[in-house]
Formats: sequence, structure tokens, C-alpha cells
Amino acid sequence: MKVSLFITCLCDIMSSNVGKDTVEILERVGCEVDFPELQTCCGQPAYNSGYLQESKKAMKQMMKAFKDSEYVVGPSGSCVGMLREYPEVFKGDPEWEEEAKKLANKSYEITQFLVDVLGIVDVGSTFKGKVTYHPSCHMTRILGIKEQPIELLKNVQGVDFVELPIKEDCCGFGGTFAVKNSVISGEMVEEKSRHVTETEAEYLVGGDMGCLLNIGGKMQREGKNVKVAHITEILNHQS
Amino acid sequence: MSMKIGHAPYKERVQEGVENDFMRQAVASAQGRFRDGRQKQADELGNWEDWRQLGSEIRTHTLENIDYYLQMLSDNVSKRGGKVFFAQTAEEANEYVQNVIKKKNAKKVVKSKSMVTEEIGLNEALQEAGADVVESDLGEWILQLDEDPPSHIVTPALHKNKEQIRETFAQKRGYDKSDSPEELALFAREQLRQDFLSADVGITGCNFAVAESGAITFVTNEGNARMVTSLPDTQISVMGMERLVPTWEELDVLTSLLTRAAVGQKLTSYVTSITGTRLEGETDGPEEYHLVIVDNGRSKILGTEFQEALHCIRCAACINVCPVYRQVGGHAYGSIYPGPIGAVLSPLLGGYEEHKELPYASSLCGACNEVCPVKIPLHEQLIRHRQIIVEEKGMAPKAEKLAMKGFAAWASSPAAYKMSAAAARTALKPWSKDENITNGPGPLKGWTESRDFPAPAKQSFRSWFKERQKGGVAK
Repeated sequence: MKVSLFITCLCDIMSSNVGKDTVEILERVGCEVDFPELQTCCGQPAYNSGYLQESKKAMKQMMKAFKDSEYVVGPSGSCVGMLREYPEVFKGDPEWEEEAKKLANKSYEITQFLVDVLGIVDVGSTFKGKVTYHPSCHMTRILGIKEQPIELLKNVQGVDFVELPIKEDCCGFGGTFAVKNSVISGEMVEEKSRHVTETEAEYLVGGDMGCLLNIGGKMQREGKNVKVAHITEILNHQS
Repeated sequence: MSMKIGHAPYKERVQEGVENDFMRQAVASAQGRFRDGRQKQADELGNWEDWRQLGSEIRTHTLENIDYYLQMLSDNVSKRGGKVFFAQTAEEANEYVQNVIKKKNAKKVVKSKSMVTEEIGLNEALQEAGADVVESDLGEWILQLDEDPPSHIVTPALHKNKEQIRETFAQKRGYDKSDSPEELALFAREQLRQDFLSADVGITGCNFAVAESGAITFVTNEGNARMVTSLPDTQISVMGMERLVPTWEELDVLTSLLTRAAVGQKLTSYVTSITGTRLEGETDGPEEYHLVIVDNGRSKILGTEFQEALHCIRCAACINVCPVYRQVGGHAYGSIYPGPIGAVLSPLLGGYEEHKELPYASSLCGACNEVCPVKIPLHEQLIRHRQIIVEEKGMAPKAEKLAMKGFAAWASSPAAYKMSAAAARTALKPWSKDENITNGPGPLKGWTESRDFPAPAKQSFRSWFKERQKGGVAK
């Protein structure tokens, strides 16, 4: 199966390992992965801040980049969620509406793609450690992905899974929210960090780098000894 | 008081909120109770999503035909001996009520809880008219004694703990007993009973008005609405013009949704409906009944993309799940309508100028959309507000506009994007230490005040992928 990687700008620039892990997992389960170089950012930072015109420029770029792709798979619930919103954004636009629908219909978050499209719930990886999971808001509420990442995680050999208290509460990232309302965002992530500590987990796992940069940055500032890992890191781990 | 509460700027209000540990503890624990209760009721009902869909359809139908149902309501209230007044503005509504009070020469007014009277500032208007106003909902009564505005639309004194309430009772009413909730409530009951008995006029809000019968319905747990409506001979109900249902059948559905979503109850202890005055041959009912139907900006929302905001049945489920409200409490919003629904409604009813920060007081986590019992797209409406603030009102900060223009240029040019991806690490080098930024520049400043930000990766993904394709780059 041919898959185009949607890296997301955050992983491309800040956390390239997530991209590498995603490619390797997809190849291991038999996909042929390409990387359309015309891709940039999904447009969400501008869209969620109210800059519709600016965000559309980014979105059009993305539609061009993935025009010929069969499947588009990305390591982020939030960014893929944005791609899925394109048809709503370009509703009634004679030039772009169809393209928007096409891209939305072939785009998947990585755990969703593995479980729902490929039917794989065990990727054959091994990872030793006590792990808790933060379900990011857009992944669960916009894409409706709740069970898939948990199922994959629980099937990793050696993972000792613990539930995160009040897991459904936002970590306070929210893209530009963390900048524009940094005080509130700071309080939200402090509470999230507190809940992570309560689990006594060694690793906090999530499916969105934005949330993980936020929670990881907080725990690092607090001097906590909890490591943050994108779910693809666990799913691509051996021994 | 009116819709806007307090004069402090947004940032100060937020700061005050996050520094109030008592309040935050009270809010977190109340949110916990409400969330669990709501979820339990939704699960117990079984087909919660179907109920929400039905609720949404009822609200859509009613608002699409609001002129028809308002006429029907008005006709039926009039038939039952009531007087109906359509108030276009808050001032008109207040003036009408003031006139009733003056004509009756009323000295004391008892009220049951009503958000719309908070919105229009009715209490101040009544005091101006020389009447003594007593709020009879326990939470509202506490706030009235303490001269504090509500911080939640269902449980208005949510931000206060029992020690603070004891203190208020002691200072204002000479209370000298413990802070046990039972003793506090008993004291309030004793005090309020005298007010009920001596009041000249009773004023109520309205949870739902039933158009087919002209019945104004209230849900309460304290029974205070029943006391307010059964003792004074003159009755006034004030309702937002959207708070109506076609028939008793829809009342059943929406009340079921309201009490479950609001407080996790199948039904509140009291559901009270009143219809007009005591007619000939009837044994009870007031001598005089007035229904004031308040527009105050609502009809301007009709027919716009925000019409669904008028579907709100004031259950506060969105407030109870909101992680932002959780950290700052209700007063930080500076509007009597806080939380997600407040952030949507306040700019519509009170203007963008007064409430322009509110649509941004959300991390867009979507928790509100998930719980709203009538499926208001709060998440989408918050984004739409932001678009209006940026693109129509031109209220966004200059630096932000510039940054977003830059974003558009960057994200629509793969070459520029590629260059920046390669240069990001170098650009942030002056602030990076040990792969970490602890005191970042520009937009990173606020972030790094409370948390670290990582230095960009040594190699961007795209450059790694390219090398790998050329052959043999190990991970």
C-alpha cells in the first residue's frame, strides 16, 4: 500500500525522530512510504486564531502537495483533524471544494490508519516501562480516535500501562492559545503535570507533539523525572 | 449590575482568578461532581446521543418559528389573565417592571434565580424604584449579602466555600453558628421565610415557557421558586425571548436534558409551572401577572450564523467541563455569562468591544461541544468570533497580524519553508542551552515563563528523508 507521510511542521522542525519512527513503522507493516516535498503546514495556527485568509493559503499548498497521494498519514491527531476540516473551510469554493474533500477523505492519523485501515493492533514492538497516556483533544474529539492508540500501546511487549487521572482535560497547549493566554495555559499544564506524577509512570505518551512539548516542557521546568514520548517512539521500539 | 461584571482589564481578572486558590479548589471539586453526575445520567438513559439530537431539533424548530410561538405564548398568557410586555432593550424591561412596582407601591420584592434579570440589571432598577429586593435562591442570597456577582449560571456561588459563607452570614446577618452546610442552610431558610411572607411582589425568571398553554416553568432544588410564586399577590416573570417550547411534550424532553446535563439529576426536586392569574372560579393564583419577554440583542442573532447560540438552555454543562474555566473561575470572564457559552454569547449580546478577549479564552479543546445537550457548535462559533475580530472588526494586535501574514507567506512557499526548517535551530541558538530554551524571545516569552521549550531538532525530518533516499543513512 502506498502511503504519503504528512510530517506536520512541528515534527519536521522540532521533533524529526517522530517522522523517522512513523516511516519505519509504516514500512515494517508493509507500506511504501513517500514524502511529498511540497507540504508545509496544515494552516491550523492561522485558522484557529481567526486568520481565515492566511490559513487558506497554507491549506491550498497542502492540497497541491498531496494531490496524487493514495493515503495521507500523519503523526498528529490535531493536524490531521485540520485536514479533515478543509471541506468545511472551502465549502462553496468551486475551485477547491472537491480537492478539500479528496484530501480529507484520504487523511489519517497514524494509530487510526494502523488499526482502522490496516487492521493491525499489534505492531510487534517491545518497550519496557510504566507508561501513561494523554489523549489529545483534537484526536479524541475531532477525529473520534479513542481506543486505537490504547489498544496499540497495550499490545507492546513490556509496557506497564496506567490510566492518567482526568485524562480528558486539555493540557493547555491549544496552539496560539499557549502564547496568547500563556498564564491560563501555564496553569492548565501544571495540573496535567500533577496528574502525570500521580500515576508514578516513567513515560508520558501522547499522539500530538504540541501537547507533548507543552507537558514535557513543564515537567522539565519542574525537575520531574518523567520522560515524554510520542506514541510512534514506543511503537517503533525494539528490545 | 448588567452583563459586564467588574472594571478590571482581562489580564488582571485572569491573574486574580489563578491566584485564588480557595476558589480554584471549589471550582475543581464542583466540576468533578457535575461531570460525574452528568455522565452517570447520560449513561443511565442509554441513548443519550439520540436525546441530544432530539433536543437540538426541538431548539432548531422553535427558533426557526420563534415569531409564531411567541405569538402563541403571548395569546395564551393573555387568555389566562396575564399581561405580556415585549421589551426590546434592557432599559425597556426594567422600566416596565419599575412601573408595576411603583403602581403597587411595593416595598419588598422576592426573586427566584434568573440569569436574564442579572443580564439586564433588574435588581439595581428595582432599588432605584425604592423597593427592597431579596434573592431567594440560596447561592444568589449569599452573593447578594456579599455584594458579589455570580460566577456560574446554575450554581452562582460556586466560587465560595463554606467558611467564606459563614463569614458573610456573620458579618451581614449576625450569624453565630458553625460552618456546617446544614446549619448555614437552616439559617438562610429562617431569614428568607420572613421575606417570603412579607413580600409585595414576586419576580421569577423562566426556564421554559410553554407556548401552547402560556405556562412559565421553573426548575429548582430549593423550592424557592414555588415560595416566590405562591405567596405575593403580584407576580412578574422575566424571560429571554428564546426560552420557549411549543408544547408540554417538548418541555418534557428539554427539562429532562436540562436537569441531567446541569446537575446530574433525573429531575430537580421541584418543577413548577404557573399560568396567569386567579380566574373566576379558581381557588388560587395571583391577582396580577406580568410576563416580560426580553429581546436585548437576541433578535439580531436570529438568522445569522450564530443563531444556534440561542438554542442554549443554560445548563452550564459546557462550563463544567471547561478546563479554562477550571483555572480562572467565572469572574475572570467579566461577563455574567462565563465559560464557553459565555465566550460565545457575551460578544453577541454585549458587543465585541466589551468582550473581545473571551473568544480567545479557550484552548479549542472541544470538550464543550461534546457535552452540550442541544448540540450548539460552541467550538466552531468561538473560531468564527475570532475571524470576525480579526477580519471584520480589525481588533487583532498589529504584531499578530504581521506574524500571520508571515505565516501565510511561509506556509505557501515550500522553498521558504524548507529554508526556515533548516535555519530554525541556528536562529534560536542564542536562547538555547543544553537543547533547551528557558527564556525565549517574542512569542516564546509567555510560554517559557512557566515551562521549557526544546531547541529545534539537529536535522529536520525532510532533510533526513532526502539523505535516506539517496542511500544508506542510518537512523
